[in-house]
Amino acid sequence: MDGVKLHAFWASPFSARVIWALKIKGIPFEHIEEDLPNKSALLLQYNPVHKKIPVLVHGPRPVCESMVIVEYLEETWPQHPLLPTDPHKRAVARFWVKFIEDKSPNVWMVYRTVGEEQEKARRDSSEMLSILEEHGPNKGKKFFGGDSINIVDIAFGGVALWMGAMEEVSGCKMFDAAKLPRLNAWIANFKSSPVIAENLPDRGKLCDHLARLREKRLSSSTSK
Amino acid sequence: MIGEIETLSKSSGGDGRAEEGGDEQFARQDGALKTFKELNKKPTHHRFGLGRTEGIVLISWGFMEGVKLLGTWPSPFSYRVIWALKLKGVKFEYVEEDLGNKSDELLRCNPVHKKIPVLIHGGRPVAESTVILEYIEESWPQNPLLPQDPYDKSVARFWIRFIEDKTPVFFRFCHSTGEQQEEAIREAKKVLKTIEEHALREEDKFFAGDKIGLQDLVFGWLAWLLQALEEVVGVKLLEASEYPRLHRWVQNFRAHDVIRSDLPEHNAMLAYFKRIRETFISSSTSAV
Repeated sequence: MDGVKLHAFWASPFSARVIWALKIKGIPFEHIEEDLPNKSALLLQYNPVHKKIPVLVHGPRPVCESMVIVEYLEETWPQHPLLPTDPHKRAVARFWVKFIEDKSPNVWMVYRTVGEEQEKARRDSSEMLSILEEHGPNKGKKFFGGDSINIVDIAFGGVALWMGAMEEVSGCKMFDAAKLPRLNAWIANFKSSPVIAENLPDRGKLCDHLARLREKRLSSSTSK
Repeated sequence: MIGEIETLSKSSGGDGRAEEGGDEQFARQDGALKTFKELNKKPTHHRFGLGRTEGIVLISWGFMEGVKLLGTWPSPFSYRVIWALKLKGVKFEYVEEDLGNKSDELLRCNPVHKKIPVLIHGGRPVAESTVILEYIEESWPQNPLLPQDPYDKSVARFWIRFIEDKTPVFFRFCHSTGEQQEEAIREAKKVLKTIEEHALREEDKFFAGDKIGLQDLVFGWLAWLLQALEEVVGVKLLEASEYPRLHRWVQNFRAHDVIRSDLPEHNAMLAYFKRIRETFISSSTSAV
Protein backbone atom coordinates (compact mmCIF):
# COMPACT_ATOMS: atom_id res chain seq x y z
CA MET A 1 0.00 0.00 0.00
CA ASP A 2 1.09 3.59 -0.64
CA GLY A 3 2.83 5.47 2.17
CA VAL A 4 1.00 7.94 4.37
CA LYS A 5 2.31 11.38 5.31
CA LEU A 6 0.70 13.92 7.58
CA HIS A 7 1.49 17.63 7.39
CA ALA A 8 0.79 18.75 10.93
CA PHE A 9 1.49 21.32 13.63
CA TRP A 10 2.21 20.30 17.23
CA ALA A 11 -0.16 22.84 18.81
CA SER A 12 -3.09 22.25 16.46
CA PRO A 13 -6.17 20.39 17.72
CA PHE A 14 -7.08 19.64 14.09
CA SER A 15 -3.74 17.86 13.55
CA ALA A 16 -4.26 15.99 16.82
CA ARG A 17 -7.61 14.59 15.67
CA VAL A 18 -5.96 13.00 12.64
CA ILE A 19 -3.02 11.67 14.67
CA TRP A 20 -5.44 10.04 17.14
CA ALA A 21 -7.34 8.37 14.28
CA LEU A 22 -4.11 7.14 12.66
CA LYS A 23 -2.80 5.74 15.96
CA ILE A 24 -6.11 4.10 16.94
CA LYS A 25 -6.20 2.34 13.58
CA GLY A 26 -2.51 1.44 13.77
CA ILE A 27 -1.70 3.13 10.44
CA PRO A 28 2.00 3.88 10.04
CA PHE A 29 2.67 7.41 8.84
CA GLU A 30 5.39 9.99 8.41
CA HIS A 31 4.82 13.12 10.51
CA ILE A 32 5.87 16.29 8.70
CA GLU A 33 5.94 19.20 11.12
CA GLU A 34 5.00 22.48 9.42
CA ASP A 35 6.32 25.83 10.59
CA LEU A 36 3.11 27.79 10.23
CA PRO A 37 4.52 31.26 9.65
CA ASN A 38 6.62 29.64 6.88
CA LYS A 39 4.35 27.09 5.25
CA SER A 40 6.08 24.63 2.95
CA ALA A 41 5.58 24.87 -0.81
CA LEU A 42 4.22 21.32 -0.69
CA LEU A 43 1.51 22.29 1.82
CA LEU A 44 0.40 25.21 -0.35
CA GLN A 45 0.31 22.89 -3.35
CA TYR A 46 -1.67 20.21 -1.49
CA ASN A 47 -4.20 22.62 0.05
CA PRO A 48 -4.48 25.58 -2.31
CA VAL A 49 -8.01 26.45 -1.13
CA HIS A 50 -7.31 26.92 2.60
CA LYS A 51 -3.49 26.67 2.82
CA LYS A 52 -3.89 24.96 6.21
CA ILE A 53 -2.84 21.88 8.10
CA PRO A 54 -3.65 19.08 8.61
CA VAL A 55 -3.18 17.56 5.18
CA LEU A 56 -2.94 13.79 4.85
CA VAL A 57 -1.07 12.61 1.77
CA HIS A 58 -1.74 9.00 0.80
CA GLY A 59 0.58 8.06 -2.03
CA PRO A 60 0.43 11.10 -4.27
CA ARG A 61 -3.05 12.29 -3.23
CA PRO A 62 -3.79 14.92 -0.56
CA VAL A 63 -6.85 14.93 1.70
CA CYS A 64 -7.73 18.15 3.58
CA GLU A 65 -9.99 19.12 6.53
CA SER A 66 -9.51 17.11 9.72
CA MET A 67 -12.91 15.38 9.88
CA VAL A 68 -12.91 14.70 6.10
CA ILE A 69 -9.51 13.03 6.65
CA VAL A 70 -10.91 10.94 9.54
CA GLU A 71 -13.79 9.71 7.31
CA TYR A 72 -11.21 8.89 4.60
CA LEU A 73 -9.12 6.89 7.07
CA GLU A 74 -12.27 5.07 8.21
CA GLU A 75 -13.11 3.98 4.66
CA THR A 76 -9.59 3.09 3.60
CA TRP A 77 -8.53 1.26 6.80
CA PRO A 78 -11.65 -0.41 8.27
CA GLN A 79 -9.88 -1.93 11.32
CA HIS A 80 -10.72 -0.39 14.71
CA PRO A 81 -13.83 1.29 13.28
CA LEU A 82 -14.61 4.86 14.25
CA LEU A 83 -18.18 4.72 12.94
CA PRO A 84 -20.91 2.14 13.66
CA THR A 85 -22.22 -0.05 10.81
CA ASP A 86 -25.93 0.78 11.17
CA PRO A 87 -26.82 3.72 8.85
CA HIS A 88 -29.01 5.44 11.45
CA LYS A 89 -26.34 5.21 14.15
CA ARG A 90 -23.82 6.55 11.63
CA ALA A 91 -26.18 9.46 10.94
CA VAL A 92 -26.42 10.22 14.67
CA ALA A 93 -22.61 10.22 14.94
CA ARG A 94 -22.26 12.49 11.89
CA PHE A 95 -24.94 14.82 13.28
CA TRP A 96 -22.83 15.35 16.41
CA VAL A 97 -19.61 15.76 14.44
CA LYS A 98 -21.34 18.49 12.41
CA PHE A 99 -22.70 20.10 15.57
CA ILE A 100 -19.22 20.22 17.08
CA GLU A 101 -17.68 21.56 13.86
CA ASP A 102 -20.35 24.28 13.50
CA LYS A 103 -20.27 25.45 17.13
CA SER A 104 -16.63 25.06 18.13
CA PRO A 105 -15.37 28.19 16.29
CA ASN A 106 -16.91 30.05 19.26
CA VAL A 107 -14.24 28.47 21.47
CA TRP A 108 -11.46 29.81 19.24
CA MET A 109 -13.22 33.20 19.22
CA VAL A 110 -13.06 33.38 23.05
CA TYR A 111 -9.31 32.97 22.72
CA ARG A 112 -8.97 35.45 19.84
CA THR A 113 -11.08 38.34 21.11
CA VAL A 114 -11.82 40.63 24.04
CA GLY A 115 -14.76 42.60 25.38
CA GLU A 116 -18.25 42.16 24.00
CA GLU A 117 -17.17 39.94 21.13
CA GLN A 118 -15.46 37.58 23.58
CA GLU A 119 -18.45 37.56 25.93
CA LYS A 120 -20.79 36.56 23.10
CA ALA A 121 -18.39 33.80 22.03
CA ARG A 122 -18.20 32.61 25.64
CA ARG A 123 -22.00 32.41 25.89
CA ASP A 124 -22.21 30.52 22.58
CA SER A 125 -19.46 28.11 23.70
CA SER A 126 -21.29 27.44 26.97
CA GLU A 127 -24.50 26.83 25.06
CA MET A 128 -22.71 24.27 22.87
CA LEU A 129 -21.48 22.47 26.00
CA SER A 130 -24.94 22.51 27.64
CA ILE A 131 -26.53 21.00 24.56
CA LEU A 132 -23.88 18.27 24.40
CA GLU A 133 -24.35 17.58 28.10
CA GLU A 134 -28.12 17.27 27.74
CA HIS A 135 -28.49 15.60 24.34
CA GLY A 136 -25.11 14.05 23.57
CA PRO A 137 -25.09 10.34 22.70
CA ASN A 138 -22.78 9.36 25.57
CA LYS A 139 -25.35 8.93 28.33
CA GLY A 140 -24.22 6.17 30.69
CA LYS A 141 -21.23 5.40 28.47
CA LYS A 142 -17.52 5.90 28.77
CA PHE A 143 -17.18 7.55 25.37
CA PHE A 144 -19.51 8.91 22.66
CA GLY A 145 -18.62 5.69 20.88
CA GLY A 146 -19.60 3.49 23.84
CA ASP A 147 -16.71 1.43 25.23
CA SER A 148 -14.29 2.65 22.59
CA ILE A 149 -13.42 5.99 21.05
CA ASN A 150 -15.33 6.90 17.88
CA ILE A 151 -15.47 9.77 15.42
CA VAL A 152 -17.52 11.98 17.78
CA ASP A 153 -14.97 11.54 20.56
CA ILE A 154 -12.21 12.50 18.15
CA ALA A 155 -14.10 15.58 16.94
CA PHE A 156 -14.95 16.77 20.45
CA GLY A 157 -11.55 15.86 21.86
CA GLY A 158 -9.98 18.38 19.53
CA VAL A 159 -12.14 21.06 21.18
CA ALA A 160 -12.44 19.97 24.81
CA LEU A 161 -8.78 19.28 25.38
CA TRP A 162 -7.76 22.71 24.09
CA MET A 163 -10.47 24.56 25.98
CA GLY A 164 -8.58 24.58 29.29
CA ALA A 165 -5.52 26.20 27.71
CA MET A 166 -7.70 28.77 25.93
CA GLU A 167 -9.47 29.60 29.21
CA GLU A 168 -6.15 30.04 30.97
CA VAL A 169 -4.67 32.27 28.28
CA SER A 170 -7.77 34.39 27.69
CA GLY A 171 -8.90 34.56 31.33
CA CYS A 172 -12.38 33.62 30.21
CA LYS A 173 -14.14 30.57 31.64
CA MET A 174 -16.28 28.43 29.34
CA PHE A 175 -16.44 25.01 31.02
CA ASP A 176 -18.33 24.87 34.33
CA ALA A 177 -17.61 21.35 35.61
CA ALA A 178 -20.38 21.53 38.21
CA LYS A 179 -22.98 22.10 35.49
CA LEU A 180 -21.45 19.57 33.07
CA PRO A 181 -20.89 16.36 35.07
CA ARG A 182 -21.21 13.98 32.09
CA LEU A 183 -18.85 15.96 29.89
CA ASN A 184 -16.46 16.33 32.82
CA ALA A 185 -16.39 12.55 33.24
CA TRP A 186 -15.96 12.16 29.48
CA ILE A 187 -12.91 14.45 29.53
CA ALA A 188 -11.30 12.36 32.26
CA ASN A 189 -11.98 9.11 30.34
CA PHE A 190 -10.77 10.51 27.04
CA LYS A 191 -7.57 12.07 28.43
CA SER A 192 -6.63 8.88 30.22
CA SER A 193 -6.98 6.71 27.12
CA PRO A 194 -3.37 5.74 26.21
CA VAL A 195 -3.51 6.79 22.54
CA ILE A 196 -4.80 10.22 23.54
CA ALA A 197 -2.55 10.74 26.57
CA GLU A 198 0.53 9.94 24.48
CA ASN A 199 -0.49 12.34 21.72
CA LEU A 200 -1.27 15.60 23.45
CA PRO A 201 0.90 18.72 23.43
CA ASP A 202 2.54 19.66 26.73
CA ARG A 203 0.08 21.95 28.54
CA GLY A 204 2.70 24.51 29.66
CA LYS A 205 4.25 24.72 26.18
CA LEU A 206 0.78 25.03 24.62
CA CYS A 207 -0.25 27.86 26.96
CA ASP A 208 2.99 29.76 26.26
CA HIS A 209 2.50 29.38 22.52
CA LEU A 210 -1.18 30.45 22.66
CA ALA A 211 -0.39 33.39 24.96
CA ARG A 212 2.28 34.68 22.54
CA LEU A 213 -0.03 34.31 19.56
CA ARG A 214 -2.92 36.00 21.35
CA GLU A 215 -0.78 38.96 22.37
CA LYS A 216 0.52 39.36 18.84
CA ARG A 217 -3.00 39.17 17.38
CA LEU A 218 -4.56 41.61 19.84
CA SER A 219 -1.75 44.17 19.59
CA SER A 220 -1.81 44.11 15.78
CA SER A 221 -5.58 44.65 15.73
CA THR A 222 -5.44 47.60 18.15
CA SER A 223 -2.61 49.25 16.25
CA LYS A 224 -4.65 49.36 12.99
CA MET B 1 -37.22 32.11 7.70
CA ILE B 2 -36.08 29.00 5.99
CA GLY B 3 -34.83 26.38 8.38
CA GLU B 4 -31.10 25.99 8.68
CA ILE B 5 -30.36 29.37 7.16
CA GLU B 6 -31.41 30.86 10.50
CA THR B 7 -28.63 29.00 12.26
CA LEU B 8 -26.02 29.88 9.66
CA SER B 9 -26.91 33.59 9.81
CA LYS B 10 -26.53 33.62 13.59
CA SER B 11 -23.21 31.80 13.64
CA SER B 12 -21.80 34.14 11.06
CA GLY B 13 -21.82 36.87 13.63
CA GLY B 14 -24.92 38.69 14.56
CA ASP B 15 -26.87 39.82 11.58
CA GLY B 16 -29.19 36.84 11.76
CA ARG B 17 -32.44 38.36 12.78
CA ALA B 18 -34.51 35.68 11.14
CA GLU B 19 -38.13 36.09 10.37
CA GLU B 20 -40.27 33.04 10.93
CA GLY B 21 -43.55 32.23 9.30
CA GLY B 22 -45.94 34.97 8.34
CA ASP B 23 -49.19 35.00 6.41
CA GLU B 24 -47.50 35.41 3.07
CA GLN B 25 -45.29 32.34 3.43
CA PHE B 26 -45.82 30.13 0.42
CA ALA B 27 -46.43 26.43 0.06
CA ARG B 28 -47.53 24.03 -2.62
CA GLN B 29 -50.61 21.91 -2.46
CA ASP B 30 -51.45 19.65 -5.37
CA GLY B 31 -49.07 21.64 -7.55
CA ALA B 32 -50.73 25.02 -6.94
CA LEU B 33 -48.94 27.84 -5.16
CA LYS B 34 -50.85 28.97 -2.10
CA THR B 35 -50.04 31.18 0.86
CA PHE B 36 -50.16 29.81 4.36
CA LYS B 37 -53.07 32.10 5.01
CA GLU B 38 -55.00 30.20 2.35
CA LEU B 39 -53.86 26.93 3.82
CA ASN B 40 -54.84 28.09 7.34
CA LYS B 41 -51.24 27.58 8.47
CA LYS B 42 -51.63 23.82 8.66
CA PRO B 43 -48.81 21.48 7.67
CA THR B 44 -49.47 20.20 4.17
CA HIS B 45 -48.96 16.59 3.24
CA HIS B 46 -47.76 15.55 -0.17
CA ARG B 47 -47.23 12.03 -1.33
CA PHE B 48 -44.49 12.28 -3.88
CA GLY B 49 -44.65 9.80 -6.70
CA LEU B 50 -47.86 8.08 -5.56
CA GLY B 51 -51.53 8.23 -6.36
CA ARG B 52 -53.84 8.93 -3.43
CA THR B 53 -54.92 5.28 -2.91
CA GLU B 54 -51.39 3.92 -3.17
CA GLY B 55 -50.24 6.55 -0.71
CA ILE B 56 -52.76 5.57 1.94
CA VAL B 57 -51.99 1.86 1.50
CA LEU B 58 -48.25 2.52 1.79
CA ILE B 59 -48.66 4.52 4.95
CA SER B 60 -50.95 1.98 6.58
CA TRP B 61 -48.80 -1.13 6.11
CA GLY B 62 -45.47 0.49 5.46
CA PHE B 63 -45.08 2.31 8.76
CA MET B 64 -41.90 0.55 9.80
CA GLU B 65 -40.16 1.32 6.53
CA GLY B 66 -42.08 4.53 5.72
CA VAL B 67 -40.10 7.60 4.76
CA LYS B 68 -41.27 11.03 5.76
CA LEU B 69 -39.57 14.36 5.12
CA LEU B 70 -40.33 17.46 7.19
CA GLY B 71 -39.35 20.43 5.06
CA THR B 72 -40.26 23.92 4.02
CA TRP B 73 -40.49 25.90 0.82
CA PRO B 74 -38.16 27.33 -0.58
CA SER B 75 -35.42 26.05 1.71
CA PRO B 76 -32.38 24.81 -0.26
CA PHE B 77 -31.69 22.45 2.66
CA SER B 78 -35.12 20.88 2.11
CA TYR B 79 -34.81 20.72 -1.66
CA ARG B 80 -31.49 18.92 -1.70
CA VAL B 81 -33.07 16.09 0.30
CA ILE B 82 -36.15 15.95 -1.94
CA TRP B 83 -33.91 15.61 -5.00
CA ALA B 84 -31.76 12.91 -3.40
CA LEU B 85 -34.84 10.84 -2.57
CA LYS B 86 -36.21 11.29 -6.07
CA LEU B 87 -32.88 10.42 -7.70
CA LYS B 88 -32.90 7.20 -5.69
CA GLY B 89 -36.54 6.47 -6.55
CA VAL B 90 -37.52 6.44 -2.87
CA LYS B 91 -41.20 7.00 -2.20
CA PHE B 92 -41.78 9.41 0.62
CA GLU B 93 -44.36 11.53 2.36
CA TYR B 94 -43.58 15.24 2.43
CA VAL B 95 -44.79 17.49 5.22
CA GLU B 96 -44.53 21.26 4.72
CA GLU B 97 -43.69 22.78 8.10
CA ASP B 98 -44.98 26.18 9.13
CA LEU B 99 -41.85 27.67 10.73
CA GLY B 100 -43.95 30.14 12.68
CA ASN B 101 -45.82 27.23 14.24
CA LYS B 102 -43.50 24.22 14.29
CA SER B 103 -45.16 20.83 14.64
CA ASP B 104 -44.68 18.70 17.76
CA GLU B 105 -43.19 16.07 15.48
CA LEU B 106 -40.47 18.45 14.29
CA LEU B 107 -39.63 19.59 17.81
CA ARG B 108 -39.50 15.99 19.02
CA CYS B 109 -37.42 14.77 16.09
CA ASN B 110 -34.88 17.62 16.16
CA PRO B 111 -34.75 18.83 19.76
CA VAL B 112 -31.22 20.25 19.36
CA HIS B 113 -31.85 22.65 16.47
CA LYS B 114 -35.65 22.50 16.01
CA LYS B 115 -35.08 22.98 12.28
CA ILE B 116 -36.01 21.41 9.00
CA PRO B 117 -35.21 19.29 7.12
CA VAL B 118 -35.74 16.15 9.16
CA LEU B 119 -35.99 12.74 7.51
CA ILE B 120 -37.96 10.13 9.43
CA HIS B 121 -37.32 6.56 8.27
CA GLY B 122 -39.14 3.72 9.94
CA GLY B 123 -39.90 6.08 12.82
CA ARG B 124 -36.23 7.09 13.33
CA PRO B 125 -35.34 10.75 12.68
CA VAL B 126 -32.23 12.08 10.94
CA ALA B 127 -31.49 15.82 11.08
CA GLU B 128 -29.04 18.13 9.23
CA SER B 129 -29.34 18.08 5.45
CA THR B 130 -25.78 16.92 4.66
CA VAL B 131 -26.09 14.15 7.26
CA ILE B 132 -29.45 13.15 5.74
CA LEU B 133 -27.85 12.99 2.28
CA GLU B 134 -25.14 10.58 3.50
CA TYR B 135 -27.83 8.54 5.26
CA ILE B 136 -29.89 8.31 2.05
CA GLU B 137 -26.77 7.25 0.12
CA GLU B 138 -26.04 4.47 2.61
CA SER B 139 -29.62 3.27 3.07
CA TRP B 140 -30.50 3.08 -0.65
CA PRO B 141 -27.42 2.02 -2.62
CA GLN B 142 -29.11 2.17 -6.06
CA ASN B 143 -28.03 5.03 -8.32
CA PRO B 144 -24.98 6.02 -6.22
CA LEU B 145 -24.65 9.73 -5.51
CA LEU B 146 -21.14 9.56 -4.08
CA PRO B 147 -18.07 8.20 -5.88
CA GLN B 148 -17.04 4.66 -4.89
CA ASP B 149 -13.35 5.51 -4.44
CA PRO B 150 -12.62 6.79 -0.88
CA TYR B 151 -10.34 9.52 -2.20
CA ASP B 152 -12.93 10.86 -4.66
CA LYS B 153 -15.49 10.67 -1.84
CA SER B 154 -13.17 12.77 0.35
CA VAL B 155 -12.95 15.40 -2.40
CA ALA B 156 -16.77 15.59 -2.55
CA ARG B 157 -16.95 15.90 1.25
CA PHE B 158 -14.26 18.59 1.26
CA TRP B 159 -16.29 20.72 -1.16
CA ILE B 160 -19.56 20.03 0.64
CA ARG B 161 -17.94 21.34 3.81
CA PHE B 162 -16.54 24.33 1.89
CA ILE B 163 -19.86 25.52 0.48
CA GLU B 164 -21.71 24.92 3.75
CA ASP B 165 -19.17 27.14 5.55
CA LYS B 166 -19.48 29.87 2.88
CA THR B 167 -23.27 29.97 2.52
CA PRO B 168 -23.76 32.72 5.17
CA VAL B 169 -21.78 35.12 2.94
CA PHE B 170 -24.49 34.94 0.28
CA PHE B 171 -27.28 35.52 2.77
CA ARG B 172 -25.38 38.52 4.12
CA PHE B 173 -25.33 39.75 0.51
CA CYS B 174 -29.14 39.60 0.52
CA HIS B 175 -29.73 40.96 4.03
CA SER B 176 -27.37 43.93 4.11
CA THR B 177 -26.71 47.31 2.54
CA GLY B 178 -23.83 49.76 2.25
CA GLU B 179 -20.35 48.77 3.36
CA GLN B 180 -21.52 45.47 4.85
CA GLN B 181 -23.02 44.48 1.54
CA GLU B 182 -19.94 45.61 -0.40
CA GLU B 183 -17.86 43.33 1.78
CA ALA B 184 -20.32 40.46 1.28
CA ILE B 185 -20.12 40.98 -2.49
CA ARG B 186 -16.31 40.81 -2.40
CA GLU B 187 -16.34 37.65 -0.27
CA ALA B 188 -19.04 36.01 -2.41
CA LYS B 189 -17.05 36.61 -5.58
CA LYS B 190 -13.96 35.10 -3.94
CA VAL B 191 -16.01 31.99 -3.15
CA LEU B 192 -17.24 31.73 -6.74
CA LYS B 193 -13.67 32.16 -8.02
CA THR B 194 -12.42 29.37 -5.74
CA ILE B 195 -15.12 27.02 -7.03
CA GLU B 196 -14.40 28.01 -10.64
CA GLU B 197 -10.66 27.44 -10.31
CA HIS B 198 -10.46 24.45 -8.00
CA ALA B 199 -13.71 22.51 -7.90
CA LEU B 200 -14.73 22.19 -11.53
CA ARG B 201 -12.96 20.54 -14.42
CA GLU B 202 -13.43 21.63 -18.01
CA GLU B 203 -14.49 18.18 -19.16
CA ASP B 204 -17.08 17.46 -16.42
CA LYS B 205 -20.81 17.97 -16.71
CA PHE B 206 -21.26 17.82 -12.93
CA PHE B 207 -18.78 18.05 -10.05
CA ALA B 208 -17.79 14.38 -10.05
CA GLY B 209 -18.15 13.70 -13.77
CA ASP B 210 -21.07 12.85 -16.00
CA LYS B 211 -23.53 11.92 -13.27
CA ILE B 212 -25.20 14.20 -10.77
CA GLY B 213 -24.18 13.55 -7.15
CA LEU B 214 -24.41 14.77 -3.56
CA GLN B 215 -21.93 17.58 -4.18
CA ASP B 216 -24.15 18.95 -6.95
CA LEU B 217 -27.21 18.74 -4.69
CA VAL B 218 -25.45 20.64 -1.89
CA PHE B 219 -24.13 23.28 -4.31
CA GLY B 220 -27.53 23.28 -6.03
CA TRP B 221 -28.80 26.56 -4.57
CA LEU B 222 -26.15 28.38 -6.63
CA ALA B 223 -28.19 27.30 -9.67
CA TRP B 224 -31.63 28.49 -8.58
CA LEU B 225 -31.67 30.44 -5.33
CA LEU B 226 -28.68 32.69 -6.02
CA GLN B 227 -30.38 34.08 -9.12
CA ALA B 228 -33.39 35.17 -7.06
CA LEU B 229 -31.09 36.87 -4.52
CA GLU B 230 -29.21 38.63 -7.33
CA GLU B 231 -32.44 39.95 -8.79
CA VAL B 232 -33.80 41.11 -5.42
CA VAL B 233 -30.55 42.89 -4.53
CA GLY B 234 -30.00 44.17 -8.09
CA VAL B 235 -26.40 42.94 -8.22
CA LYS B 236 -25.20 40.09 -10.44
CA LEU B 237 -22.55 37.88 -8.84
CA LEU B 238 -22.34 34.85 -11.13
CA GLU B 239 -21.39 36.41 -14.47
CA ALA B 240 -21.00 33.81 -17.24
CA SER B 241 -17.93 35.60 -18.61
CA GLU B 242 -16.16 35.59 -15.21
CA TYR B 243 -17.12 32.05 -14.19
CA PRO B 244 -17.65 30.03 -17.40
CA ARG B 245 -17.31 26.58 -15.79
CA LEU B 246 -19.67 27.45 -12.96
CA HIS B 247 -22.12 28.98 -15.42
CA ARG B 248 -22.07 25.80 -17.49
CA TRP B 249 -22.57 23.70 -14.35
CA VAL B 250 -25.62 25.86 -13.47
CA GLN B 251 -27.16 25.13 -16.89
CA ASN B 252 -26.44 21.39 -16.57
CA PHE B 253 -27.89 21.25 -13.07
CA ARG B 254 -31.09 23.08 -14.00
CA ALA B 255 -31.53 20.90 -17.10
CA HIS B 256 -31.38 17.62 -15.18
CA ASP B 257 -34.76 15.84 -15.36
CA VAL B 258 -35.18 15.30 -11.63
CA ILE B 259 -34.08 18.83 -10.71
CA ARG B 260 -36.16 20.72 -13.24
CA SER B 261 -39.30 18.74 -12.39
CA ASP B 262 -39.08 20.18 -8.87
CA LEU B 263 -37.63 23.70 -8.76
CA PRO B 264 -39.17 26.50 -6.67
CA GLU B 265 -41.00 28.96 -8.89
CA HIS B 266 -38.85 32.01 -9.61
CA ASN B 267 -41.41 34.81 -9.12
CA ALA B 268 -42.63 33.31 -5.86
CA MET B 269 -39.02 33.25 -4.66
CA LEU B 270 -38.50 36.88 -5.70
CA ALA B 271 -41.48 37.94 -3.59
CA TYR B 272 -40.28 35.82 -0.67
CA PHE B 273 -36.67 37.08 -0.62
CA LYS B 274 -37.69 40.67 -1.33
CA ARG B 275 -39.81 40.56 1.80
CA ILE B 276 -37.01 38.99 3.85
CA ARG B 277 -34.49 41.57 2.66
CA GLU B 278 -36.87 44.40 3.54
CA THR B 279 -37.47 42.94 6.99
CA PHE B 280 -33.72 42.68 7.72
CA ILE B 281 -32.98 46.16 6.42
CA SER B 282 -35.81 47.87 8.26
CA SER B 283 -35.00 46.09 11.55
CA SER B 284 -31.33 47.07 11.26
CA THR B 285 -32.07 50.73 10.49
CA SER B 286 -34.62 50.97 13.29
CA ALA B 287 -32.06 49.59 15.74
CA VAL B 288 -29.67 52.49 15.01
